[in-house]
Amino acid sequence: MDEQDGDRNRELMLDGNAAGGMLYDVFSAEMTGAPTECASCGRRGEIGSLLAFTQAPGLVLRCPSCENAMVRIVRAGDVTYLDARGAVYLRIAR
Amino acid sequence: MADALRWQLGTVTEIHQETPRAKTFTIALPLWTAHHAGQHYDIRLTAPDGYQTQRSYSIASEPERQGLVELTVERIDDGEVSPYLHDVVQPKDQIELRGPIGGYFVWDVGLGGPLLLVGGGSGVVPLMAMIRHRVAAGSSIQTRLLYSVRSPDDVLYADELQMLQDHREGVDVIYTYTRQAPGGWTGYRRRIDRAMLKEITSQMEAGLRPYVCGPTLLVEAAANNLVELGIPADRIRTERFGPTGT
Amino acid sequence: MGEPFVSRGFFGRRRQPEQAGRIPPGQYLVDDWPVLSAGPTPRIRLDQWRFTIEGLVRQPVSWSWEEFLKLPSKTYVVDISCVTKWTKLDMKWQGVSVDTLLQAVALDSRAAFITASSYGGYTTNLAIPDLVNDQAFIAYQEGEKPLTPEHGGPARLVVPHLYFWKSAKWIQGFRLEEREQLGFWETLGYHRRGDPWKEERYSGD
Repeated sequence: MDEQDGDRNRELMLDGNAAGGMLYDVFSAEMTGAPTECASCGRRGEIGSLLAFTQAPGLVLRCPSCENAMVRIVRAGDVTYLDARGAVYLRIAR
Repeated sequence: MADALRWQLGTVTEIHQETPRAKTFTIALPLWTAHHAGQHYDIRLTAPDGYQTQRSYSIASEPERQGLVELTVERIDDGEVSPYLHDVVQPKDQIELRGPIGGYFVWDVGLGGPLLLVGGGSGVVPLMAMIRHRVAAGSSIQTRLLYSVRSPDDVLYADELQMLQDHREGVDVIYTYTRQAPGGWTGYRRRIDRAMLKEITSQMEAGLRPYVCGPTLLVEAAANNLVELGIPADRIRTERFGPTGT
Repeated sequence: MGEPFVSRGFFGRRRQPEQAGRIPPGQYLVDDWPVLSAGPTPRIRLDQWRFTIEGLVRQPVSWSWEEFLKLPSKTYVVDISCVTKWTKLDMKWQGVSVDTLLQAVALDSRAAFITASSYGGYTTNLAIPDLVNDQAFIAYQEGEKPLTPEHGGPARLVVPHLYFWKSAKWIQGFRLEEREQLGFWETLGYHRRGDPWKEERYSGD
């Protein structure tokens, strides 16, 4: 592995595409193509384009422009916690 | 997409060794639905004590092939799922999986082109599904694949890509070798950079649709360079494969 | 529902019997040190680094990197357990005891909890009894080398007797509180204390 800037945390980063299955579990809908807006900097884009941190106690989706945590999801045993305060909205297709 | 993304038991019908490090698993699915090129399946493994783990793998096959999917899996030596798939799974084994998943990093001929595919290492897998779909649909959309690999041994789908080149049907494949090039190679032998992307895109028609997939650092560098070359950021679709090598 | 499906020949790479008394329940042993990450590594210049204790203290205190290195430090050899189920034994750290740091401030008698906060925005909550009596330290070396940025360098909190999410990477400061302010993972269902021996993973465990 050639480490360009030595940031293993950034190398481990995936994107919203990788969260498609987990998001489907939560919303019962395909979410990676859904638009959303960062509550911190106002960037708009699809959930698939967000930065995803998955090697953690939960899933964190961050804005690719300002790195604000937009969506966090934890599966805590039989229940799921969702925090989407960092997103102005999520659009769920039904 | 089905109303619920259900786990199903697929049956492995064929295993093909693509490179020393990558195998393609052909899996027949009882609940098959046509996918969009670029989508993935989640594979879930369950141990006798109930322990479970899962990973996502991109679909390599085109949606025109009904009833099955092909997943190309690179063996990650310190991984948990890919060594199992490589070392244990045999034809006729059952695999639990669900999909197709994803609505962002997807392409159908209906979206049009020209199509610029930029892949690093096993990041070429979903791009190959796009190429195969384009061919199966009989489309003539201009398509270029810029494929970054360490060495000739690491090239996935080498024969098929060569055939596409030879047939001159509007699919160009451009390699760049980052560690070791074949003997007599006169092409690129460096990481993907702006000059390379500029050369490749300058001969393409307007309205480019770029899809970039590979290790995170490659994806970020390529996407940033494409933006700096004047391609609108919201047209560039990216998929990061994590830290595995180019 | 039929019989639950079992993947033929799959046992899990790191599943192994617990070593008596050494590995908390449900954990498996690792030799490497997995990088866990909820965000990109913050870039911290040492000449701008500070560690600050504030909140319910008579006077906030803040150390520069140079000042922090002059504080008395100790070597700690401890086992670490992460809530993602790995345990790593005998990790050798160099750092400053939280006791030493708290001695530099006069605590308000109401102070009962600490919010540890990090460069990059991470927070975690801890009760003061879990941080004192040499149970916790701010580490800047691991394995006799400077702590790498991916593992929380230049300095991280280490609370070895609790799940590792309590050991905040890229530590920036402590805020003394009267009431517990739940942190980044604790607000999303993780346990407020996180004792691996009691498997305090989620709130209610």
